[in-house]
Amino acid sequence: MANEGVDRRRRRFLVAATSVVGGAGVVAVATPFLASWKPSARAQAAGAPVEINVSQIEPGQRISVAWRGRPVWVVRRTPEMLELLPQIRDRLRDPDSEIATQQPTYAQNEHRSIRPDILVLIGICTHLGCSPAFRPEIGAPEVGSDWPGGWLCACHGSRFDMAGRVYRNVPAALNLQVPPYSFVSDDLIIVGEDADGGTA
Amino acid sequence: MAGNSADKIQGGLLGWVDARFPLSQLWNDHLARYYTPRNFNFWYYFGSLALLVLVIQIVTGIFLTMFYKPDAELAFASVEYIMRDVEWGWLIRYMHSTGASFFFIVVYLHMFRALLYGSYKKPRELIWIFGVLIYVVLMAEAFMGYLLPWGQMSFWGAQVIVNLFATIPYIGPDLVTWIRGDFLISDATLNRFFALHVIALPLVLLLLVVSHIIALHEVGSNNPDGVEIKQNKDANGVPLDGIPFHPYYTVKDLVGVGVFFIAFFAVVFFAPEMGGYFLEHANFESADALATPEHIAPVWYFTSFYTVLRAVPDPFIGVLAMGAAVVILFFVPWLDRNPVKSVRYRSMAHRVNLIVFAITFIVLGYLGVQPVSSLYGELGLRFSTMYFLFFWLLWFHSRERSVVFSLLSFAVLVGLYSFYDMLRIESTDPALVMSLWLLPTLYLLATMVVPALVHDLRRDRPVPERVTA
Repeated sequence: MANEGVDRRRRRFLVAATSVVGGAGVVAVATPFLASWKPSARAQAAGAPVEINVSQIEPGQRISVAWRGRPVWVVRRTPEMLELLPQIRDRLRDPDSEIATQQPTYAQNEHRSIRPDILVLIGICTHLGCSPAFRPEIGAPEVGSDWPGGWLCACHGSRFDMAGRVYRNVPAALNLQVPPYSFVSDDLIIVGEDADGGTA
Repeated sequence: MAGNSADKIQGGLLGWVDARFPLSQLWNDHLARYYTPRNFNFWYYFGSLALLVLVIQIVTGIFLTMFYKPDAELAFASVEYIMRDVEWGWLIRYMHSTGASFFFIVVYLHMFRALLYGSYKKPRELIWIFGVLIYVVLMAEAFMGYLLPWGQMSFWGAQVIVNLFATIPYIGPDLVTWIRGDFLISDATLNRFFALHVIALPLVLLLLVVSHIIALHEVGSNNPDGVEIKQNKDANGVPLDGIPFHPYYTVKDLVGVGVFFIAFFAVVFFAPEMGGYFLEHANFESADALATPEHIAPVWYFTSFYTVLRAVPDPFIGVLAMGAAVVILFFVPWLDRNPVKSVRYRSMAHRVNLIVFAITFIVLGYLGVQPVSSLYGELGLRFSTMYFLFFWLLWFHSRERSVVFSLLSFAVLVGLYSFYDMLRIESTDPALVMSLWLLPTLYLLATMVVPALVHDLRRDRPVPERVTA
């Protein structure tokens, strides 16, 4: 056959060089196709910050607002609700909000909020993304007499307290997420934007 | 092939084609001179039935795309339009939705047949691997198809499943945004799932099915006796226990098709929702990102693996366990090293193992559609353990094990899950944990310890030279 007088080194070099150049071509061609799956400019624009007026929320009431298509809850907590927060620490998985991804630094405190009474949370269970049900009444019948109020996820039974902190021994491992937000005035918060103007 | 020279001299149109395309050769290789064991039984219907369901899905699917709109604003209404206004649209759609469930019924029975008769063993490992790949692609295909009606269960089911990827450390959240193409399940997600469901995955599926059949016809079919019919040939090289696939099995399979259609259309006509298992009730409401349905369960064919996911408290390890429950299927040919293929000649211990596995899979499936409770959670954990123990036992029964090895491994396995039970007993109901602890323990007792003590139960029987009956 035609293998006589073949320069094997040169052939090997040519095969390797062709493979490398071809491989680079494959990567280059794959890039636009893979990148096309990222959120489009329109989707990113739709994810812009939203303003919420909190003056109309009664103590103990929760309102639900859509931000980036996800429910954002705003609760005006009563003093009794705030008093209960330190008392159930040992039933919680992360009572001090030590996992940094779950809230901005300005919400890493006992009440997980900028102002103690106003709580802002993303209403998506940190287990698998269901939207937990609001059960603020103490000792709600379906959750048990020692229930101090909070959220119960109907999908897989995860429980969260009145600061969105997760209980021990439930499927969810993380506290409910606090979105970046800031107060424009006493009554107006803007979700999706930090006080220093940074966005999520 | 043996008969080629005879075919070549044919004249006429067929001869003209054969000189340019191997038509007669393909016909002979795959049908008229594909020799199949003469002792196929009931279990051997499901391969051809799977092919039939694939055809039903492709044909009804093509017609559904003619009326469906892959747009978050229009999708739900376009399905209602198909159901109410398109002539016979209800029939086409119900055939497609019922076909999805029947696909899995048929495929599960087809896979269990392979387990029964050792059809994954040498030289059929690649057939099995192609088959498991088909199963995995089928799951992806079904999952993406389920989003398209854009009902509440479509939306929230997809939300839960896509978010499984968010549990992967570091890259998880960005990966999920990339899959969705948005910060939530949205129009972008619906569009790409539509493209994957109607083009990409069906192409992959067809390619895999062709590979599956080519691999099968290369080595020949296994049979309920697990005897290689190619080892006993007559003077013409035709297996003594073989009969041509066509007309013998094409005619037999036609009977299967008839029976299948009776069952299939009974569901299509009289119970297309199958009590909420084939079409979930929540899916008759349009998707709403701000309201979760009370109870989210995947469609029935995913629920066994969903139970494995829920049995593990840590989300990422749960996802890994669920993935492992599927991936472990690929390794079955190398786990079960017993030279005896068919369950007919395997030990009683192996038979019990197979029966318990079938029950385990069904119980896991049942638990997956139920809401969480402490009893069902605990049962889910025990049956998930038994699911994985099956594969260990498959390896264990590769040959006759000594009494010492049997008892030792029993002690180690029971010790392992008992140790895990000790760690969690404080936070659970001890009576429940201890009573259900008996489940995997009795399973191991029946398949390892008792056979170790009673030799007859672990002994395989001699395989005949030729197929029986």
